[in-house]
Amino acid sequence: MSSLPIAEYIAAVIFFFCVATTVVGALIAVLATRIIRSVCGLMICCLGIAGLYYFLHSPFLALMEILIYIGAVCVTIMFTVMLAEPDEPACEKARGAAVLWGAAALAVGAAICWGLSRLSLAGKWTPAVTLVNDGSVEAIGVSLLTTYSMAFELISLVLLVAIIGALVIARPGRRQS
Amino acid sequence: MNLLHAYDQVDIYLVLAAFLLATGVFGLIRRRTLIGMLISGELIFSAASLNFMALNHFAAPDPAAGQIFVLFIMGLAAAEVAIALSIIIAVYRNYRSINPRNLSELNS
Repeated sequence: MSSLPIAEYIAAVIFFFCVATTVVGALIAVLATRIIRSVCGLMICCLGIAGLYYFLHSPFLALMEILIYIGAVCVTIMFTVMLAEPDEPACEKARGAAVLWGAAALAVGAAICWGLSRLSLAGKWTPAVTLVNDGSVEAIGVSLLTTYSMAFELISLVLLVAIIGALVIARPGRRQS
Repeated sequence: MNLLHAYDQVDIYLVLAAFLLATGVFGLIRRRTLIGMLISGELIFSAASLNFMALNHFAAPDPAAGQIFVLFIMGLAAAEVAIALSIIIAVYRNYRSINPRNLSELNS
């Protein structure tokens, strides 16, 4: 990395801090009982992922992750939480069924995690011999406007349709009753 | 595996992505509210993005392609959240609750 030996230790510490943030955030997001804490867990998780993107040499996507996920997605979810009181009702008599579902979910999750980890650790990921570009923001911009211009236009169309659709769906019944 | 240079190896990113996917599926099965399921879906999106970015940095010849893909995934996630939340609000207006257990009108 650099000539300073302590810089490597600092980078490693920051990296593992990002990994721990991601893991803890994801666990809070799925395990918290209050839904508002769950949203906060998603925010923490996205912050950790943004740090990981930085380590993957993509500061642009790290910024976008914070901007879109924390700034837009989580805030929108929070608005809905305030509008619709979604807290789970105190679990009535279906205690056994809940435990059963929890156990089944844990089994499925553990199986996915174990299987995918084994698969990805067994694979041999050979680095590419030649790089087409350097992956900078400039290269991303050039690719967006040349190779991927069609997908770029389509995603803007999808966002437009999503905005109009959200307005149409949420609009009726706004009258005070 | 050298812990000091762990950020320069692909393994830890891939395992972390698998863990995120597993927590997302876990939450999707376990949660009993619509918003909780939506949050789990976002975790699954993040897992896919992280996987794309890791393999893009360590194995792909075109480093811009993976970043553009992740950008598109973020756009799709934003659109999905907008639609899903408006559906949730519409459901809340009609039923005064967003417990999926109550949404059983079509269930004869």
